Amino acid sequence: MPEATNATDTLTITVDGKEIEARPGELLIDAAERVGIYIPRFCYHPRMRPVGMCRMCLVEIDTGRGAALQPACMAPVAPGMNVTTDSRPVVKAQDGVLEFLLVNHPLDCPVCDKGGECPLQDQTMAYGPGESRMIEEKRHFEKPIPISDLVTLDRERCILCDRCTRFAKEVAGDPLIHFLDRGGQTQVNTFPDHPFASYFSGNTVQICPVGALTATPYRFRARPWDLQQTESTCTSCSVGCRVVVDSSRNRMLRMNGVDIDPVNWSWLCDKGRFDFQAFESDDRLHGPLVRRGSELVPVRWSEALNEAASAIREGLDRSGPAGVAVLGGARLTNEAAYAWAKLTKGVIGTDHVDCQLGDGLPAEVVLGLPRATIDQACARGGTVVLLAPDLKEELPVLYLRLRHAVLEDAATVIELAPAATTSTELAAASLRHRPGEQVTVVRALLDGGPAPQGADEDGFRRAAEALRRGPVTVVIGRSSVAEGAGAVVDAAAALLAGLDEVRFLPALRRGNVHGALDMGLAPGVLPGRTALADGRDWFAGEWGAVPVEPGLDATGILRAAADGRIDTLVLLGADPIADFPDHVLAERALAGARTVIALDTFLTASSSQADVVLAAAGYGEVDGTTTNLEGRVSTLGRIVTPPGTARSDWHLAGDLARRLGADLGLESVEATWAEIERVAPSHAGVTWELLTSPEASDGVVVPLPSRLSATEVDVEGNALGGSDVSVVGGAGVPAADVQHGQAAAAAVASVAAEGGPQGEAGKAESHAHESAAAAHEDSTDVSAEERGHDDAGGVEGQDDVPVAEPPPGDRPSLLRFAPPAAEPSVPPVDRYSLRLFTTRKLYDRGTLNQQARALRGLAGRSTARVNPIELARLGVEPGGALKISSARGSLVTATLADPDVPRGAIVLGWNLDGPDPGDLIDAEAPVTDVRVETTS
Amino acid sequence: MARLTEANELVAREIIGRYPRPKSALIPLLHLAQEQDGWVTDDAMEHIAELVGVTAAEVLGTCSFYEMFKREPVGTYLVNICTNISCQLLGAEELLHHAEATLGVKAGGTTRDGLITLEDVECIAACTEAPCLQVNYRYRYKVAPEDFDRLVDDLRSGALVDEVPPHGTLHRTRQRIPTDRAAGAASPVGGREPAWIASRPAPAKDTP
Ligand code: SF4
Ligand code: SF4
Ligand code: FES
Ligand code: FES
Repeated sequence: MPEATNATDTLTITVDGKEIEARPGELLIDAAERVGIYIPRFCYHPRMRPVGMCRMCLVEIDTGRGAALQPACMAPVAPGMNVTTDSRPVVKAQDGVLEFLLVNHPLDCPVCDKGGECPLQDQTMAYGPGESRMIEEKRHFEKPIPISDLVTLDRERCILCDRCTRFAKEVAGDPLIHFLDRGGQTQVNTFPDHPFASYFSGNTVQICPVGALTATPYRFRARPWDLQQTESTCTSCSVGCRVVVDSSRNRMLRMNGVDIDPVNWSWLCDKGRFDFQAFESDDRLHGPLVRRGSELVPVRWSEALNEAASAIREGLDRSGPAGVAVLGGARLTNEAAYAWAKLTKGVIGTDHVDCQLGDGLPAEVVLGLPRATIDQACARGGTVVLLAPDLKEELPVLYLRLRHAVLEDAATVIELAPAATTSTELAAASLRHRPGEQVTVVRALLDGGPAPQGADEDGFRRAAEALRRGPVTVVIGRSSVAEGAGAVVDAAAALLAGLDEVRFLPALRRGNVHGALDMGLAPGVLPGRTALADGRDWFAGEWGAVPVEPGLDATGILRAAADGRIDTLVLLGADPIADFPDHVLAERALAGARTVIALDTFLTASSSQADVVLAAAGYGEVDGTTTNLEGRVSTLGRIVTPPGTARSDWHLAGDLARRLGADLGLESVEATWAEIERVAPSHAGVTWELLTSPEASDGVVVPLPSRLSATEVDVEGNALGGSDVSVVGGAGVPAADVQHGQAAAAAVASVAAEGGPQGEAGKAESHAHESAAAAHEDSTDVSAEERGHDDAGGVEGQDDVPVAEPPPGDRPSLLRFAPPAAEPSVPPVDRYSLRLFTTRKLYDRGTLNQQARALRGLAGRSTARVNPIELARLGVEPGGALKISSARGSLVTATLADPDVPRGAIVLGWNLDGPDPGDLIDAEAPVTDVRVETTS
Repeated sequence: MARLTEANELVAREIIGRYPRPKSALIPLLHLAQEQDGWVTDDAMEHIAELVGVTAAEVLGTCSFYEMFKREPVGTYLVNICTNISCQLLGAEELLHHAEATLGVKAGGTTRDGLITLEDVECIAACTEAPCLQVNYRYRYKVAPEDFDRLVDDLRSGALVDEVPPHGTLHRTRQRIPTDRAAGAASPVGGREPAWIASRPAPAKDTP
């Protein structure tokens, strides 16, 4: 994909007698399409390099030397170019190309899944000869052959456009399919017994212009003309890829990626593409269940809700609000998360709420750090620090974007990880550290001193240089659940303090975990990225009451429950027994709580232990919005009805509130959003109209830049939270960096001065936009905003939208990151122990993976990986079985020697088949040290 | 089947060292594999993929493009009879039929003793000497049926072992390029990568 230059100067070309403006460097096929002249094509795909493979796009181009047929997908525009797309020679060429493409095409449209949405069919009808002179035998191949667990290939239908093979190599980096043989025998295929096992294989099905590639889950399920299309957002991880869901007769049948610039560029990962299947599993909960003795029995909704409500009420009577705790919420829509935050914090009055399960980062860190967008992280020439889990395994499409940034846009990736990941080969430097000790490497990098002993010196030097070059984006997440969040928070704090221009992209994995955090489903925070302390008065005004003291996080809640201090534990789609790092504690907690209420779509290890199970609606069954890791709010489509009588989580909050004698006042999704917009500081200005307007089809990143410029920046001289104002640094910059903080303040002050007094916020805001736009030219979030301005009376121009107006003075300020006071000290590993590090895989034992037919068999087994030197020292044969024990428990596993694992560490897969590291981890310890011995 | 032997793996590494990018060594390595086993085995392709850092599918893509890389076992001697126009006019089809009859195999087949594989080919650029054929790519000109019989007798008796090495061996002497003359990891011109490589940037770590 050649980069069209961003320069504003354009050049003029003539297409079919019409003068059109084109950008230098742009391809003719794109320039023409922009003005509505569609040139037929098969091989060209706007997200991949052109190859000129199919010749369908031949047009007559005259650059002064007479008209000649040339492929429009290979011709960059040039000044004065004169193009004809409908002359006789062009029509004849199109005729010819199609006749040749059909020479070997089987024309089995009546039994082909693509029939009805097939570019070959459509373009043959529109541009083809209508008749074939071919009387010879066509070439034959074995009809569809599986090339992976998910994709089948019919080589007879293939027109050799090179889209799938280019995707595999260029975009996914998994060139496992290739053109084989030559001439008339050319075919796409894999190497024998090396399947196309790519996490992105489904995209090839989406872009194949014929019915050659089909996805096993969709084969023969529907005809395109029977499908209903609904746009939505994938919530299988927090990247939030835009999708279109195809459904028919109240069933979801297929999901395809939608091309939006700021996020997924039309790509999806296979998990996101196929795991909707889980929601039509027979194991779905169809109605509420209540425990009678040892059994969970179906009951009527009123009975289940009454039972749940009285459990909560009794708990409140017995031990006050602190006796109730809520875990989970990352599966919920923003609206449901808000309703639940209001119910738990406003009505019940407890702050023991956590949407993460001890496997993420503290809310105040995620919400308080200056946030980057994906576009900012992938900006040309930028530096990206990975203090995060393996992106391809956990946030797959973010990995694709990053891969593109490295290969095409000269981004530099610095990885800090105990063992190699799939991102290692993209990294200019991949620096190893022992689990829990990342801050040591970060400090050394920032100090500019020599590489620490034993470090890769070249890599270290490159990394230090790239950090100095900036702008830097840090992708921050919990790589391993065997160590506490403290280690990575310290490293983030050091980077924030030590770098001039740095933003953070939180790599928390669960679908709407960022939305749940924004809505206040975490201890110590309130909706709208507000600290409990700052927002107490405001929300007390709005809600009537809020908790006084910050509550416990997931670990604290489970510990309290295990100790019998939690009376009622509500699981909002959470499965702590499977997902909490410390299985022993999770199990004891569920046993220790007097009543466990679970809202879930399935009976999981945890919800099957509950006393009341409320059947919840799942993906595609509810309206609402979701928020991705950038803070981008986008809409979800309601496509099908929930099974049985399952209800939306948002409804259930209202149902319970009513039984507790309160009215949440949330009558509909729109009304809930209106309340969020009104009360949540970070969401001010993001109205439902804006969210559902065509301008916001890419979603809207919160907080709006105006929110920052109008309040935080002018008042404090610092840009807070994430968004597009380029001045960062004040927030969380410690005293040592005062100078820089002042510079930032000065810069903003000058902007504000130009913009005039604060009352003219609109003007000041547009200046802020300009400065933001200058710093991050291609940031579409800015442009989403700007489009609002450009359109006459655009969304923000309306009087009733409180954007241009600074919000009322008493609206609490946004949370900012404060570096942790004291660093938790990481004890040294003793000579006889290894420090545990866990890694995840895309396909694991998670509920959706296991319930989706297509993905069920794909989860791998966990094996321990240890440095060979360490194995030799311990006298262990690689491949042999090892007994691994910690203070918590022990397990037996096969072992591999892996020189990429640092000495003193041991790597185990999390949530895979086989031995479960959750048996070893003590969630309250900063690290997990284990002893290993051979089993006799 | 067979991966490259240890000795051949060393040769392979030397060959890879001659090129700015390991992938450029694909074709010489496929020849090496074919020399080792007489044909290119799947295992050898996987081995080559590991050595040059591409997928096996990419190796197969290259390998299968070339008719002369055999992905099924062939005889020690591969006999290609030209049946293109000049040769055809001067009796190539009769020659081919004669060969098929005397060897007892159809074109494309291998004799039961595994000694000879017979193929018909398009013009092999010796039209002035038609009809002609090649034995392991060594020419025989103006071949009459009797000449063909004599050739087969000689191959069977071993009279030609010195002249015609077994299929897969291109030359009996291996090319040696002294390290200081090899292109090595960088292009020889000015140490900068030529435009055709630079236009497809390598991952950042290759170009610090
Ligand atoms: S399988 Fe489809 S995408 Fe791949 S080359 Fe053939 S026609 Fe193109
Ligand atoms: S990367 Fe995440 S959001 Fe995108 S398709 Fe995959 S699971 Fe869904
Ligand atoms: S679209 Fe231009 S050659 Fe295929
Ligand atoms: S036709 Fe036989 S060599 Fe040319």
